[in-house]
Amino acid sequence: MDNLLEMKGIYKNFPGVKALDNVDFYLKKGEIHALMGENGAGKSTLIKVLTGVEEFETGQIILEGKKSIINKSPKEAQANGISTVYQEVNLCPNISVAENLFLDREPRKFGLIDWKKMNKTAKELLNKLDINIDVTKPTEHYSIAVQQMVAIARAVDMSAKVLILDEPTSSLDDIEVEKLFALMRKLKSDGIGIIFVTHFLEQVYAVCDKITVLRNGCLVGEFEVENLPRVQLVAKMMGKDFSDLENIKGENKELKNKEILLKACSIGSRGNVKPFDLQINKGEVIGITGLLGSGRSELVRAIYGADKADSGKLEFKNEEVKIKAPIDAMKLGMAYLPENRKDEGIIADLSVRENMIIALQAKRGLFKLLPDKMQEEFVDKYIEILQIKTASKETPIKQLSGGNQQKVILGRWLLTNPDLLILDEPTRGIDVGTKTEIQKLVLRLADEGMSVIFISSEIEEMIRTCQRMVVMRDKKKVGELDANEISQKNIMSAIAGGADNE
Amino acid sequence: MNNINIKKITSAGLFLPILSLILVLIINVIKTPNFFYITVQNGVLYGYIIDVINRASELVILAVGMTLVVASSGGTDISVGAVCALAGAVACFILAGGQVSTDIYRAPYIIAFLAAILVGLLCGSFNAFLVAKMNIQPMVATLILFTAGRGMAQLVTNGQITYIRVDSFKMLGNSIKGIPLPTPVFVAIAVVAVTFVILKKTALGLYIETVGINNKAARLVGLNPVLIQFIAYAFCGLLAGLSGMLVSSRVYSADANNAGLNIELDAILAVALGGNSLGGGRFSLLGSVIGAYTIQALTTTLYAMSVSADQLPVYKAIVVVIIVSLQSKELQRIIRDIRHSKKKVEIAYEK
Amino acid sequence: MRNKIKNIENKTFLLYMTVVLFIVMYVIGIVMFHDKGFQKPQVFLNLFISNAGLIVIATSMTMVIISGGIDISVGSFVALTCMMLAYMMEKGKMSAISSIVIVMVMGLVFGLVQGVLIAYLNIQPFIVTLAGMFFARGMTAIISQEMISIKNEAFLSWANNKITIPIFGIVNKKGATIYPYIYPTVIVAMVILVLMFVLLRYTKFGRSIYAVGGNEQSALLLGLNVKKIKLQVYILNGILCSIGGFLFCLNTCAGFVEQAKGFEMEAIAGSVIGGTLLTGGVGNVFGSLFGVLIKGTIEAFVSFQGTLSSWWTKIIIAVILAFFIILQSILAMSKRGQK
Repeated sequence: MDNLLEMKGIYKNFPGVKALDNVDFYLKKGEIHALMGENGAGKSTLIKVLTGVEEFETGQIILEGKKSIINKSPKEAQANGISTVYQEVNLCPNISVAENLFLDREPRKFGLIDWKKMNKTAKELLNKLDINIDVTKPTEHYSIAVQQMVAIARAVDMSAKVLILDEPTSSLDDIEVEKLFALMRKLKSDGIGIIFVTHFLEQVYAVCDKITVLRNGCLVGEFEVENLPRVQLVAKMMGKDFSDLENIKGENKELKNKEILLKACSIGSRGNVKPFDLQINKGEVIGITGLLGSGRSELVRAIYGADKADSGKLEFKNEEVKIKAPIDAMKLGMAYLPENRKDEGIIADLSVRENMIIALQAKRGLFKLLPDKMQEEFVDKYIEILQIKTASKETPIKQLSGGNQQKVILGRWLLTNPDLLILDEPTRGIDVGTKTEIQKLVLRLADEGMSVIFISSEIEEMIRTCQRMVVMRDKKKVGELDANEISQKNIMSAIAGGADNE
Repeated sequence: MNNINIKKITSAGLFLPILSLILVLIINVIKTPNFFYITVQNGVLYGYIIDVINRASELVILAVGMTLVVASSGGTDISVGAVCALAGAVACFILAGGQVSTDIYRAPYIIAFLAAILVGLLCGSFNAFLVAKMNIQPMVATLILFTAGRGMAQLVTNGQITYIRVDSFKMLGNSIKGIPLPTPVFVAIAVVAVTFVILKKTALGLYIETVGINNKAARLVGLNPVLIQFIAYAFCGLLAGLSGMLVSSRVYSADANNAGLNIELDAILAVALGGNSLGGGRFSLLGSVIGAYTIQALTTTLYAMSVSADQLPVYKAIVVVIIVSLQSKELQRIIRDIRHSKKKVEIAYEK
Repeated sequence: MRNKIKNIENKTFLLYMTVVLFIVMYVIGIVMFHDKGFQKPQVFLNLFISNAGLIVIATSMTMVIISGGIDISVGSFVALTCMMLAYMMEKGKMSAISSIVIVMVMGLVFGLVQGVLIAYLNIQPFIVTLAGMFFARGMTAIISQEMISIKNEAFLSWANNKITIPIFGIVNKKGATIYPYIYPTVIVAMVILVLMFVLLRYTKFGRSIYAVGGNEQSALLLGLNVKKIKLQVYILNGILCSIGGFLFCLNTCAGFVEQAKGFEMEAIAGSVIGGTLLTGGVGNVFGSLFGVLIKGTIEAFVSFQGTLSSWWTKIIIAVILAFFIILQSILAMSKRGQK
């Protein structure tokens, strides 16, 4: 059978990073093809290149075996029959479903919009796809799932040949996912090629025909679903061959005398993470693992007060505490390095110095300004310890490289001298050297008695640093592995969904 | 190499305000050769430049408040002029005991003064509540007092101009015997100094910048963005109350229609001229202060060119548009694109 | 079920509230000022007569706010329009028709400049229209600082052309039947209101405005030219404001610097009270009509009461505006909290 879409030898560089390195991707008619990989693997870049959001340097995109195309904008891609439906649904929430379906191509009579016809055609279109809703209601009235299907209907109706679904299921529940799958299968039988980007393994096995795995901008391979067991898929994504896995093991000793630092009883945050229990000991590095979207960030955010916890009890140093806002957590001795450095971490226009002292300053309060001399000493000290490369203390942080920005944020929290340091993906998008430095630092801090929660997409890194691991799946804590259970194989089995799925 | 040097100079914080000040001063000297000429009469200094410094006082005070508002929220408070009028009206109402004109204080001065400040603070807090707590766009929120403030001032003064013909009342807005400079100059300097010290001795400045740049990160490092924006708006209101006292004292009366008229535009302009982005974040108090004096100098120039008070806003509006256009990232992008395509054409031509 | 209630709240709750508020206020007026004749049909029609210009401008404001923007220059622009009309007809001895055409062209240019700055340079609409507000007011003063009264015959004949409505006649003391009347301004305002309704509801451009105001990013990805749409909105707004200014001028028959002060808040208030969301994407011109009528009713209250200063009107409107925007904000927050 001919390929509907061929992407051959795609190269794409971002300053300092090879985002796509000779990547091939093939899609057939009537095929559902999963595109998988962890953070920074290059999935979204590949999609952006395909839909014209980003340019690519070399390579070819061939449509239906003959036409070589280069899309310069999403609109052009659409004209070529390539449509995308994003996780954040791109419909206008305030106008009706029918309007969203026909925006910019409304049926008209005497130059005026023919509402009757529009609503009728919309209804027919959706009925054909087994979506039975009132099309005259504003779109925001419906759940994300329905909105997603409407977006798909629009894409299909605009004669899409290739449909890209970018993380469509992240905010759907099981029933909604099932409905979406039914729709996907229907489209498949109509001969549409679907690229399905997702982190949920079960879903890949439920609906896809083929899997292409990317890692660090490179193609790992294209696989038939039935020939690739789940654990092996995880291994491919994480970067180890399954046969090698059993040998790598951390040298983490179990703690001798356990002293409980934090105890969470059924803490939960509606829509973010289901209630969980968690216990953290003094001087312990505890890892939280799971695929992206599994609720690992949400778990720590609920503890830290970044998202409001709406159930459960929290004990810190054997006292029951209430955390309403991050400052409460900070005063207790917690620190939180957020996952999204650019949006929630750095304060872009402020200097390295200001970025570093801000948390300590906030903890001290408005009136107790840190004296200049003390600020300089602190900042000098941490620039030295963390080996931050910056022109000066007064350089705006936005001018630093990602790794150095991350070190500044790390310095910001070490400066507050926390008892519990929460690191959410501290090594993402950072060069290998810095990664190792951060890992070593974490171990040293734990030695000195600090407790650390460590979240990372890289299992190896977790094995090296963590003494205990919490496994998350589907916004739920599904298990814990203690020091002698920690191995890549065990972790991946746990992430992948337990032994029963192997 | 040369290029880099120029870039360094132009990007330095106070380049824009100082350049514009120099520019305006040069125009002034050309227009009125005796611009820097100062005479002494009865132990009081007179001259154009003194006049500029004196008349700029209210604007300087308001520019201080406006700077903090802009920095913390990326929005502006357009109610300051109306709040000036309202605060002045309340103070004069108290002093005149409800009469249209008075020769003696009918209530202690200090009470009237505090009342004016309190009115300013309350108005500021109202704006602050809408902006910080209710998440309403700053200009819509302050638009309410922008129009209603003068209305309330009219009600207080009963639609008339309330005169306070007491010499001590005039001191704040004019001059005190034996002191060579008009009082408002000192008031303005005091406000700037106090604010400067607050910013220097507490972490408020850092907090405001942090909130203005990245609200989410600010919360995660333990700040309370709502409280900080509240402080900025409330403080701005308080300073508007103080300006209202100065304005009233200058003309020893409360004029609900004309007190602080159009001053909100001047204050916003001062902030922009001071090199501060109207999008919030990093700010320079000194820049805004220089900006305020520049605008007053510009106003004086325009007066000298026989432009009347109600025509002035035309020129200032044009200056505002030019400054914000220059700040616009979109414009910079468009210019870059044009340059880029030009280069491409050249290369193609060479080939 | 709960979802259903919420939805009504979000979409039409504010509009219903406005209509009910208007009716309640009007009934209160009739009860309170029955002895002064508040119940006469003419009092009702006067609401339209004295607010014809405002109706047009509030309608236009509604469109701008739906698109996600705002325009606070409208008050000053009305003053400029009136002054231009007065100046051209009285000092320039131009005909009424050509004056009006020139004023409309001026509106177009004004809208074009503001629109380019907002849509293409991406400057906050507030800053741009704040500058526009001061610019227009200053230009008015530059044209003339003295008040210019309009004596142009054609213009005055339009202004004073009573159109009687041959129903609801009232027999006065002398026994003659007096019919209620309106001026042509009311008809123009109503025609524009209906045209704007059609534009916003039945044209591609109109629906695009809603889409842009609802979610600019999505609108872009759905294939709309967001910048162009915004520019068109501000251009149309400029033209409508010049028409609104013309209607306003037919009421006052003069141009002076202080004219239409605070008009921008009345227009915004009318629009917001009528259910337009300040965050964009939601609004209805008929709601805005009721918003303006509420403002007119307050004015009528103040004038029937007799002893209150006219400043009360502004203050009461400000209070109602504050109430409505707080209400909107609370609704928006609860919606976000739900999700």
